[in-house]
Amino acid sequence: MNISLNITTTITEFLSGFMSEGAANIGTMVVIALIYLAIFAVAGLYLVLLERKVAAWFQLRLGPNRVGPWGLLQTMADALKLVSKELTGTVKADKFLYNLAPYFVIVSSLMALAVFPFTKEFQAFDINIGLFFLIAISSIGVIGILLGGWASNNKFALIGAMRSGVQTISYELSVGLSLITMVLLTGTLQLSEIIEVQKNGWLIVQGHIPAIIAFMIYMIAGTAETNRAPFDMVEAESELGAGFHTEYSGMKFAYFFLAEFINMFIIAAVATTVFFGGWLSPFGITESIPWLGVFWFIGKTFMLVFLMMWFRWTFPRLRVDQLLTLEWKYLLPLNLLNIILMALIVWLNLTIQF
Amino acid sequence: MGLMKDYKTEVMTNQALQNLISIWIPDLEFTEEGSQFLNISVKPEQLHQLLSQLKSNNETSFDYLFCLTGMDWGKELGVIYHLESTSHRHIIVVKVQTEDRENPTLDSVCDIWKTADFHEREVYDFFGIKFINHPNLKRLFLTDEWEGFPLRKDYVDEINMVIK
Amino acid sequence: MDTTIKNSNLKSEEYFINMGPQHPATHGVLRLLLTIDGEIIKKVEPDLGYIHRSIEKMCERDSYQQIVHLTDRMDYLSSHINNEAVCLTVENALQLEIPDRVKVIRTIIGELTRIASHCLWWGVMGMDVGALTTYFYGFRDREMINDIFEETCGARLTMNYNIPGGLMFDIHPNFVKRTKEFIAHFKTKLPEYDTLLTGNVIFQKRMKGVGILTKEDAISFGASGPVGRGSGYSCDVRKYHTYSAYDKVTFNEALKTDGDSFARYQVRIQEMWESMSIIEQLIDNIPEGDVQVATNAVIKLPKGEFYQKVETARGELGVYINSTGTKNPYRVKFRSPGFSNLSLLNHIAVGGKIGDLVASMATLDLVIPDIDR
Repeated sequence: MNISLNITTTITEFLSGFMSEGAANIGTMVVIALIYLAIFAVAGLYLVLLERKVAAWFQLRLGPNRVGPWGLLQTMADALKLVSKELTGTVKADKFLYNLAPYFVIVSSLMALAVFPFTKEFQAFDINIGLFFLIAISSIGVIGILLGGWASNNKFALIGAMRSGVQTISYELSVGLSLITMVLLTGTLQLSEIIEVQKNGWLIVQGHIPAIIAFMIYMIAGTAETNRAPFDMVEAESELGAGFHTEYSGMKFAYFFLAEFINMFIIAAVATTVFFGGWLSPFGITESIPWLGVFWFIGKTFMLVFLMMWFRWTFPRLRVDQLLTLEWKYLLPLNLLNIILMALIVWLNLTIQF
Repeated sequence: MGLMKDYKTEVMTNQALQNLISIWIPDLEFTEEGSQFLNISVKPEQLHQLLSQLKSNNETSFDYLFCLTGMDWGKELGVIYHLESTSHRHIIVVKVQTEDRENPTLDSVCDIWKTADFHEREVYDFFGIKFINHPNLKRLFLTDEWEGFPLRKDYVDEINMVIK
Repeated sequence: MDTTIKNSNLKSEEYFINMGPQHPATHGVLRLLLTIDGEIIKKVEPDLGYIHRSIEKMCERDSYQQIVHLTDRMDYLSSHINNEAVCLTVENALQLEIPDRVKVIRTIIGELTRIASHCLWWGVMGMDVGALTTYFYGFRDREMINDIFEETCGARLTMNYNIPGGLMFDIHPNFVKRTKEFIAHFKTKLPEYDTLLTGNVIFQKRMKGVGILTKEDAISFGASGPVGRGSGYSCDVRKYHTYSAYDKVTFNEALKTDGDSFARYQVRIQEMWESMSIIEQLIDNIPEGDVQVATNAVIKLPKGEFYQKVETARGELGVYINSTGTKNPYRVKFRSPGFSNLSLLNHIAVGGKIGDLVASMATLDLVIPDIDR
């Protein structure tokens, strides 16, 4: 079976059959954007459903089970309800920024999806600074949260937004540094090449001790980046009501909500790509059938997503000063030491290669 | 178990308490009639002195004000203090009355027991008794613009009250 | 030069937020006026009265049997114990000889109520610090107790099982069996509470050293129940002013001396174990006999003042009845534990963060109808 997985080339070739080259390129962009948008709107909804099912499982409940078979259409119905809801807001809100904020959040998380290699060549946008691009894009989301909290003209929202700013800026460091630790091993930032490197063994195996430390730091910092429990200072419903999105309703709220889940997917997908070999199957068992890589990629990602859900439904929330203590006093120094350790290991050629 | 302890403490008899307290302030009225505790009636001007002495004296050491009840006796307004000693475990009841219904004032005991803060605000709210030296004497349950003091016997609210 | 220095002085400004009356952490309609500097609490001022029903005034209108029914609307999580308090006051005033069977059944149901209340507290306390799963664990076990109540009393929350002179009716034939089943079940489930929450590092960091209340302050603020005992203040009414069948059982008063939120938390967990032990001691030896003694259809208390203390799940509930000898009381006062416990919130929360306020408020276990009587 031979399915061409290089979607960009395939679509461009198809389109250039009946239009000029420039138009075909633009057409490709539009088509791919639409495909990604559609897939990830739906994927976001099903992540919500998954979260609710996992939560129910943790909490001795059944979870959604009435809308559609096994409740599969529940979040679709929720989305429909949210679309039909009135968009309320405060009178004294800064209208322009208030309306702009949700788009910052959702656009930045959708943009990040573009660079993931779902399987060999199945990648919309393979740039040579892929990992750097991811880190850069994912930090734009916080601007949306800050804007939303500030423009709402609500003190609870403002406290939430400030906490978010503090938290994201701090944990961005750890995310970046733990990924840089792995870049020392791969020698490239391009995601497709990072995966190529892992044909000799997943990076978490290749880099052994420092890689495992980097992975743990990455997961902690990643959870904090997505503002999920135990780092959900930003929403902290028992403290701040709903935090930065207190004044948002309807679809604008849904954008924040979806973005959170897509961000969770992104964090897990980056971890899959950088630590667990992306779409590569263990021991190359399905190497001859590249399209199966999609399932490996999704499977690994969902394992990590599940891990993050496990955190969320088990741990209490940290206090805001403890959150910063954890980052600046523990994770950051550890991370810097870890980079040195990784550099030594790469320099002395102590990596494990198969 | 290091925490096992004897819950039967040496309780001063009511007579002993009466003998002790009557020395401090001369004209106090003591009674045990119709109550399971020793009752002391005190004049408003001696209230603060008596109560602070009841707390600070080592033999009485009433350090726990467990109940502060506002009271309308029909003619007089007043407050009933239920005191207990956490070391000696004896209980005493102190009553104070004022006949001034227009502008009843009593001394606050907030400085002796911190719990009196909220309890006195409650009494102020429902009986209109003003407590001198209370740090924050405002309505607690009712709104600021509420007229009258609902738990007084002569309070009439024809809309909300069910009168039999 | 001078002006630049003055202008570059970064000044932080205190601001004010309204926590409640609709807020997830206030568990009802409590409104807190917070003065905050950044995240640090400068002042907490409770604003009460959103559900004040003036039960004390209503009592002056009602007969003694009717008063009992008002009391389970106060602290609805200790409804049985509240009822018991009023019944005991009336019974003591009338000098009724209450059968042992009644005393034992009241004690067992009272302790089941305490466990149910603490289960709910544990659930919502976890939620307040952000661990959402605890809620369902707590409610799972509370549900079994509510089922037992439903079978015996016909109601799950506001039970109205006590009447002056005894109990409304005898226990359900399944009561003993199901209570034993529950105890067996809960003995395996209570350790899960520790596994899920108590041992968690984040949880301990949130609770230890937060909301510190010294023993002197606890007494001065009139703290009672687990709040007082968490500060090392031995204040168990069941021990000091024993009532019902508590003199027939042996149990330890849960005491911790740290005075922080974690101590109050541990006291309540410990109390659940003690309650189970009390129930186990009594459940097999419920004496035979009547469940009521006859009282007049219209109860008239002799002239005088009557006071009764009981230990509810939240602390010391006092009932003061002033009777002039008629069928209605002249004045009734309920000294509710939550009211005094709330008054110390400002004291323990000032200087902490918003998260600390929520955590320490959770360990005070406030029930708002109990405060707004």
